[in-house]
Amino acid sequence: MNADKNKNSIIRLFNVSKRYGAKLALDDVSLDVEPGEFIFVSGPSGAGKSTLLRVLYLAEMVSEGQILIDGMNLSRISSRKLPFLRRRFGMVFQDFKLIPSRTVFENVALVLEVAGESPNFIRKKVMQVLRITGMEKKANALPLTLSGGEQQLVAVARAVVGEPAIILADEPTGSLDDKAAQAIMDFLMEYHKRGATILVASHNLHLMESTVRGRNIVLEEGKLKTISTML
Amino acid sequence: MIRFVKKALADIRSNRFLNFITIITISLSILIVSIFMLFFENTSRFIEVWNQGGRAVIYLEKDFFRDRLPDLEAKIRGLGEVDEMVFIPKAQALDKLKKEMSSRTQFFKTLKTNPLPDAIEIKMKAHGSFEQIQSFARKIESLALVENVEYGQGWLGKFLNIFNLFKITGYAMCGLFLLIALFITANTVRLAFYSRRLEVEIMRLVGATEGFIKMPFYVEGLLQGFLGGVVGLVILLCGYLAIASGIAENLVTYVHIDIQFLSVRAILIILFSSTFLGWFGCYLSLKQILK
Repeated sequence: MNADKNKNSIIRLFNVSKRYGAKLALDDVSLDVEPGEFIFVSGPSGAGKSTLLRVLYLAEMVSEGQILIDGMNLSRISSRKLPFLRRRFGMVFQDFKLIPSRTVFENVALVLEVAGESPNFIRKKVMQVLRITGMEKKANALPLTLSGGEQQLVAVARAVVGEPAIILADEPTGSLDDKAAQAIMDFLMEYHKRGATILVASHNLHLMESTVRGRNIVLEEGKLKTISTML
Repeated sequence: MIRFVKKALADIRSNRFLNFITIITISLSILIVSIFMLFFENTSRFIEVWNQGGRAVIYLEKDFFRDRLPDLEAKIRGLGEVDEMVFIPKAQALDKLKKEMSSRTQFFKTLKTNPLPDAIEIKMKAHGSFEQIQSFARKIESLALVENVEYGQGWLGKFLNIFNLFKITGYAMCGLFLLIALFITANTVRLAFYSRRLEVEIMRLVGATEGFIKMPFYVEGLLQGFLGGVVGLVILLCGYLAIASGIAENLVTYVHIDIQFLSVRAILIILFSSTFLGWFGCYLSLKQILK
């Protein structure tokens, strides 16, 4: 039964380690994530939370171990196929990573542009997502004219606009006040309900516990310490 | 593709000064190359006109007698490279000279005998090159009763030597200026790339292929190259219109040829080259950055 369950895992990590020189950022981490799960990755600063997400979207290569995404072994993926793998992810970063010279609309549209969608489809889809996030009226604004919370909403809109199967969020509420943080989490939960698998790395355990129903994974010094269920 | 062109135009607008400098550099390089091409095209045309039926004068030996003329003319025609042939007796040549130098009648009065030889003026058929004309002239000179052949070998030979020297210098200069333009274009792309590093990083994170990332830079390079070519040619055209007509009028008096602007073929070659230059500068730069 358990073997069958693992076969369906959308993300599988087998004894994954990541070294930066002598320092082990991830130490022998194994994990299975089911489709549609909400995983909250917590732990103190430097525990390896961000590194775990970075190895998933191949911003970093693992030093040891294997990662399978939807059955695809990341260690065997060619640089040519890497962009197509990344289109399966929606990513949210603590520093938003929005292009300052492009408008809100253009930043969100970028995901669909790289996927080769038609201009009509892009216009319709982006406006739809901006409407849900409440950023519709700021579609033509430049990111630097927005508040931190608004910028993060744009980043989340960009992460979900392509309707990816997996959303990775690295400290998405790290620099936001409680109200803005709650808005971001509500929005992520909305997409979780639609079936997206979501991994959020954050030290804000209180916010997660009040919002999330899913699994909490605690990392300490790169090791996976505990896995608990948040109800 | 329209998306990439729009993006490239937006990038050119946002980096106006840098792109302006690049386009001007390319246009100046193209201008230098175009000036040489204009010179070579017109000079080549002049040489071609001369080769397409130049005239030569065959001077005959002093003991030439008129009764030998049919035999000699037949031999010359037998060489098969003559269109027209006119015998000019030495008396007629002297009369012509006297008319042309009418201000020096005193000089002619002192002459006791006619110093000019009998001559045959010929119009040669088209020759591919100066060397072929030389070879033909040598054949005539080897005939009996022929003293020598005058076909402008002195000045035309010197002219061709200078022309060839110009050609080599021209190639070197064109190569040098195109290299400079290439370097500047590559540098502009490099600066543009670094100024958009965050954008490129984000594009990669959201799944952009390398082709998608590079394409706006290539389009920008192509546009810079093309615009540089157009501006260079427009400057050349203005310069040509301003000064060429005067030069042409003067030259027509001597060489019966007018100065013409570049042919459509040359214009297309220049535009293609400048566009390629923009693309190649971009290619080199991106290859190095994304290594």
